[in-house]
Amino acid sequence: MAERSNQEWLDDLQGASQDAAVVDLRALLLRGLRYGMASYGVTEADLEDFAQDAVLKVLDNLTTFRGEARFTTWAQKVAARVALSELRRRRWRDVSLQDLLAEHENSDFTPAVLTDPQPDPGKIAMQRMMMDKIQRMIAEELTDKQRQAMAAVMQGGMPLQEAAVRMGTNRNALYKLLHDARQRLQQRLLREGLTPDDVLALFAEG
Amino acid sequence: MAPLQPDQLAGMVQMIAATRPDELTCDECFEQLDRFAELHLAGKSAAEAMPLVKDHLDRCGDCREEFELLLAALQAEGLRSE
Repeated sequence: MAERSNQEWLDDLQGASQDAAVVDLRALLLRGLRYGMASYGVTEADLEDFAQDAVLKVLDNLTTFRGEARFTTWAQKVAARVALSELRRRRWRDVSLQDLLAEHENSDFTPAVLTDPQPDPGKIAMQRMMMDKIQRMIAEELTDKQRQAMAAVMQGGMPLQEAAVRMGTNRNALYKLLHDARQRLQQRLLREGLTPDDVLALFAEG
Repeated sequence: MAPLQPDQLAGMVQMIAATRPDELTCDECFEQLDRFAELHLAGKSAAEAMPLVKDHLDRCGDCREEFELLLAALQAEGLRSE
C-alpha cells in the first residue's frame, strides 16, 4: 500500500478513487485496533465493526481535520474512541446508577485500626473527625447531581460516558459538573484553613 | 453519597488539590490528542508542550484510556514499516 500524504488522503477519500482509499483506511484502522486491543477480549468481528464504524465517522468528519498531525494518526484517534465507547456501553449495559450507588451505600468508614498493627486512639479519633468534616463539606458544598456523579465515577468506577447517559447529560457536561465540584471543595478547604497536605498527612501510614 | 473510605479520600483530596480553573473538557482534549500522541511518540516532551492535555489525561479515565489505545494502535503502524 502506497503511503499517502495528508492531502492525498483527503483528496482520495473525497474523489474518484474513494473506494480504494476507504479500503486502505479500513485496513489501517483494523490493524491498529487489533494490535492495540489484543488484551481486551474482543473478537475479530468486533474489530471489523469498530474499524468500519470508525471509517464512517472519519468520512463524516473530514472537514474537521486540522492537519496538526498525520491524517492516519487523527483517524486512529477516531477509531480508538469509537471502539472504547462501544466497549464501555457493552460492559456497563446491565449496571444501573441505582445498583452502583446502592453497592457503596452501606459501607461504614473503616478506621485505620484494622490495618495498623499499633493503632493510636488519638490518631483514629482525628481521622474520624476529618472524615466527618469532609463528608460535611461534600454535603454542604455540592449539589445532589454532583454528589451522584462523584459517587458513580469516583467511588463506583463508572466511565464518564456511561454515568453521563444515565444522568441525562453528555460526557463534557459531566466533566464540567465534576470540575465545578472539585473547585467548590478546593475553595471550601481553603476557607477552612486546611491544605490538602494536612488532610493527606493525617491518613498517611505511620 | 456513600461515606468515603480512607483510600478514596486520599485520591479525592489529591484531585481537589490538582484542580485548576482552566481545565479542558473531554472534547477539547480529544481535539488535540493526535498531536499530543505524536509528540509523545517522537520522544518530545508532550506534557511540557501541551500541559492542559496532560492535566486532563491525569484526571479523566475515559480520555486516558483512549490515549493509551491510540498510542498502542500507532505502534502497530510503526512495526509495519520496518
